[in-house]
Amino acid sequence: MSERAVTEPLLRTELLVKRYGGLLATDNVSIDVRPGEIHALIGPNGAGKTTLVHQLTGVVAPDSGAIHFAGRDVTRLPTHARVRLGLGRSFQITSVLREFTALENVALAVQGHAGHSFRFLADARRDESLRGPARHLLDEVGLGDRAGTLAASLSHGEQRQLEIAMALAGDPRLLLLDEPMAGMGAEESQRLIAFLRALKQKRAMLLIEHDMDAVFQLADRITVLVYGRAIASGTPDEIRANADVRQAYLGEEAA
Amino acid sequence: MMAALRTPRGLATALILLVLAILPLLTQAFDQRYLLSIGTRIVIWSIAAVSLNMILGYGGLVSFGHAVFFGIGGYAVGILSAHGVSSGWIQWPVALLAATAWAILIGALSLRTRGLYFIMITLAFAQLVYYVGGGLEAYGGDDGLNISRSRFPGVIDLRDKANFYWLCFALLCATLWFCSRYANSRFGLVIRGAKSNELRMTALGFPVFRYRLAAFTISGAFGGLAGILLANEGAYVSPAMMSWMKSGDLIVIVVLGGMGTLFGPLYGTIAFFVLEEALPPLLNLAHKGWGEYWMIVFGPLLVLIALYARGGIDSLLGRRHE
Repeated sequence: MSERAVTEPLLRTELLVKRYGGLLATDNVSIDVRPGEIHALIGPNGAGKTTLVHQLTGVVAPDSGAIHFAGRDVTRLPTHARVRLGLGRSFQITSVLREFTALENVALAVQGHAGHSFRFLADARRDESLRGPARHLLDEVGLGDRAGTLAASLSHGEQRQLEIAMALAGDPRLLLLDEPMAGMGAEESQRLIAFLRALKQKRAMLLIEHDMDAVFQLADRITVLVYGRAIASGTPDEIRANADVRQAYLGEEAA
Repeated sequence: MMAALRTPRGLATALILLVLAILPLLTQAFDQRYLLSIGTRIVIWSIAAVSLNMILGYGGLVSFGHAVFFGIGGYAVGILSAHGVSSGWIQWPVALLAATAWAILIGALSLRTRGLYFIMITLAFAQLVYYVGGGLEAYGGDDGLNISRSRFPGVIDLRDKANFYWLCFALLCATLWFCSRYANSRFGLVIRGAKSNELRMTALGFPVFRYRLAAFTISGAFGGLAGILLANEGAYVSPAMMSWMKSGDLIVIVVLGGMGTLFGPLYGTIAFFVLEEALPPLLNLAHKGWGEYWMIVFGPLLVLIALYARGGIDSLLGRRHE
């Protein structure tokens, strides 16, 4: 416990509030992610997970509260600037460049972290400083032999893997994984869980996930969001034992 | 290079470029001076189409006001000429700067919108300039302005039709060369990536707006170049050169030729001009008086291309291996 307490969180939100009309989508949420940990965010549909993710990534601005990332106040920073500070993300709904090959997708992700792209004449498709690291990342997520395949032709599971390879480009300090297992088969999920566990040594993750098996296997800490409010936060064992959580969320399956 | 000649696309492109390169010799040999004038306009319009393709084809940004750059480039030359500044060394840089500045301005405003709104706002800005052009009574208003061709004393005499054609052709080659580099450069890949998935590109750390603004500006500058040439070709500028129909023609040309392909705009321009010239007499042959209604044939032809050849003429020349 004491060792954790002295570690400065990588990501920290302070009393975030976001309203949509009369709906309080984010209700004074304060969470943090420390270096080297997987913090999972769970909650039933409509709990405000997506709204929170949008605020963390800079898609929408909070009405009040603050977001600190890597020692900076990033509350008003645009998305691309947060990415540059080391915030990598995968999307809830698979978001890859469908008309590009797997390798080109990752090469573009590498390019996104390689300074500005106002370069008009050199052929980027033969640029080994982009393709080399991209190939390496594809190997890392197990897509090495699919490098030349169009992203649109990859299976759903492979597209999810591709997303993670893209999120890993630029060596982010924090990975924000928005339902990475969504739509995956059991076997694919298990492989991804093993991969993420190995990855944890190198970087922190905020994991938004519906698959409770995955969450309890991976997370160091879990925060439960219900109606925009963080009703509980703690280790997997603490969350399992928490009466509020059992009632509000795990109720149907765990009781 | 040699390998490219073995594909239908490579062969067709090489033939087209070869014919264009020696067109003045051909038209002189066959005594068809009129064809050189059409050829010149094809080359100039190709430059404009390639420039539109940089944002429309590669970037997915449907700018419905691209002919405004014909107008800006043309009027810059025309107005300077009307004030006695006939040197191309002054006219051309001023015209290019004007087109670039205007592109930055409308790009900065219109690129904040998406989809249909972008189409409408680019159209609106072009119409604005169109009506300003018509209101410039000192420069001929709606009737336009006769000018003389730009002078480059001691370097090239543009009053010579063959000289002027070759200059246009050289500039088309330069534009194509730039576009070929642009399309596969880091910058080009950002623009193409943003067409495919803007949200993804932002999440990869690309400030998409800035890249699109730069692309819009480059595209506008090349469009301005085409405007300079068009004004010189006809020795005349008028608001008609930037009417919304010209902008529409440019979109049709790019779609017809093949969006997001290097030579597609060139195929599209040739097809467009050839059909425009050839359909009326052909229809008149079939039945006297039908020539007037050539659009009735042209329209459905475009619909067929849109329905069955999504990649335009380029896709009819065989599959791409990239």
